[in-house]
Amino acid sequence: MGKCMQGYLDEQFMELEELQDDVNPNFVEEVATLYFKDSARLINSIDQALERGSFDFNRLDNYMHQFKGSSTSIGASKVKTECTMFREYCRMGNAEGCLRTFQQVKKEHATLRKKLEHYFQLARQAGPKETARRSK
Amino acid sequence: MATNSMGNIQKIKKKLKVLIVDDDPLNLKIHEKIIKAIGGISQTARNGEEAVIIHRDGGSSFDLILMDKEMPERDGVSTTKKLREMKVKSMIVGVTSLADNEEERRAFMEAGLNHCLAKPLTKDKIIPLINQLMDA
Repeated sequence: MGKCMQGYLDEQFMELEELQDDVNPNFVEEVATLYFKDSARLINSIDQALERGSFDFNRLDNYMHQFKGSSTSIGASKVKTECTMFREYCRMGNAEGCLRTFQQVKKEHATLRKKLEHYFQLARQAGPKETARRSK
Repeated sequence: MATNSMGNIQKIKKKLKVLIVDDDPLNLKIHEKIIKAIGGISQTARNGEEAVIIHRDGGSSFDLILMDKEMPERDGVSTTKKLREMKVKSMIVGVTSLADNEEERRAFMEAGLNHCLAKPLTKDKIIPLINQLMDA
């Protein structure tokens, strides 16, 4: 994992890189693609719920539970931290806290997306052998 | 038997047939890859109801079932109970979130699990557990 990713991704991402092999050389990128597809849907759902002004904290917490779960699976540590904060505000019934934290969730998510896009672009340029060497 | 640089066993002792029950496509993809990497073969079910149907249709027997807890249609607790009522003898390992409290984990275990693991699943978590359960 490159230095640019440190702090954004934890050891779970390295576990995924270890699973990548010749049979499935794009495994990590496929996982990331799935993550961003799913998380975009969840962000959209939360956005719509917040825009309606309906603070159904149980529902919001449920969405964020799923988002946090996916973020954990890919090793997205900063996104995960913000998800945890959001859930805390849901538990407290703090609407303003939810709104503020959700902006942070989206910001970290967008930053991670850019960094991973760049990372995979470099990986594709480097080729499969170099990627395997770097992940070890 | 393959080992990593730390001398830890990286493959399970025999080829296992595994059913992975999870509603999250990201987790399904990752867990399938882990099972393949450790020398097993897997089938997936997107929720507990699918898992029950797979067993009800007969002919399916698995050495191991990885059971997510939170799922639509039928959750992990209900599915585990149902499979045990159906006399399913497979090892069932529950996969829980770190956010689950002790009471929730206990209820899941009492439904008929052999063991529980917290997400995210990794090879290092699952291999010793599978080998231990198989030796028992």
